[in-house]
Amino acid sequence: MKLFTIIALALAIGLATAVSPFASSSPDGLERVAGEQAFLASGRSQPGPISDYAFPGVKDERLATGLAGFTGTLLVFGVGFVLVKAARRRPSAA
Amino acid sequence: MHIPDGFLTTDVALACAVPAAVAVGVGLRKAGTDLDERRVPLLGVTAAFVFAAQMLNFPVAGGTSGHFLGAALAAILLGPWLACLTMAVVLGVQAFVFADGGITALGANVLNMGVIGALLVGAIMHHARRLAPRAILPIAGAGAWCAVMAGAAATSVELALSGTVPLHTVLPAMLATHAVIGAGEAIITVAAVSAVLSTRPDLVRGRLAVAA
Repeated sequence: MKLFTIIALALAIGLATAVSPFASSSPDGLERVAGEQAFLASGRSQPGPISDYAFPGVKDERLATGLAGFTGTLLVFGVGFVLVKAARRRPSAA
Repeated sequence: MHIPDGFLTTDVALACAVPAAVAVGVGLRKAGTDLDERRVPLLGVTAAFVFAAQMLNFPVAGGTSGHFLGAALAAILLGPWLACLTMAVVLGVQAFVFADGGITALGANVLNMGVIGALLVGAIMHHARRLAPRAILPIAGAGAWCAVMAGAAATSVELALSGTVPLHTVLPAMLATHAVIGAGEAIITVAAVSAVLSTRPDLVRGRLAVAA
């Protein structure tokens, strides 16, 4: 499991950091339909710490996206890992 | 397919959040009971891969892009309920940290992009492992496509129930776009599952099948 974990996590971090800056920036399926059928404007976007996958304070767009991907991948792994650990420790789960 | 705040009425958002929360709750219980010591990191790794792959928007016809959702892959590797938890982790971080998908729409997004696909593909794979063990890969691909289509249909129904757009206009458009995006989902899912099959077949086929 250890080797598999390391390889899979490295692949995820690599994709999110190095490949994501070159991903398509066209609207996705729902955004496209929302634009065509005129309900896109009813959507609101709340600000987040790394809104729109752009790491704050980084001017270079691709670098900002890569850093956001790197941070997010590690964060998601961490949250998942801690949740499972906590769920296993809870005595009622036994 | 992330729904932002403002697309759904409070009633519809709540009606989606309840089943989503129940499924994630079952996932948390399963995480406490079903994951042996060696597989503890698997949920986090799957969530990390799904998050990373979701960032890789690929172009589909006519200036539109699509991205991997991952519920099918998570259900194949972890089972349906742990897949619901995995997808909730990904979508929760996306909503709260990256402003991708609304906070009030989080339940709907977990339902559409997580729970529906995870339970659908989980059920399909449960039968496929017994009835068609040699056809796991094509079945995984077909399941991934169905998961995306089911999620697109659910999203359309929620938008229509909210009065945002009539069902007869939004449903055909969502299904047409996501028929192509679902093909991307199927390709990525099959590639990922075959990579796991070649290194850790027990994660795909189940421990008993490999031991036998």
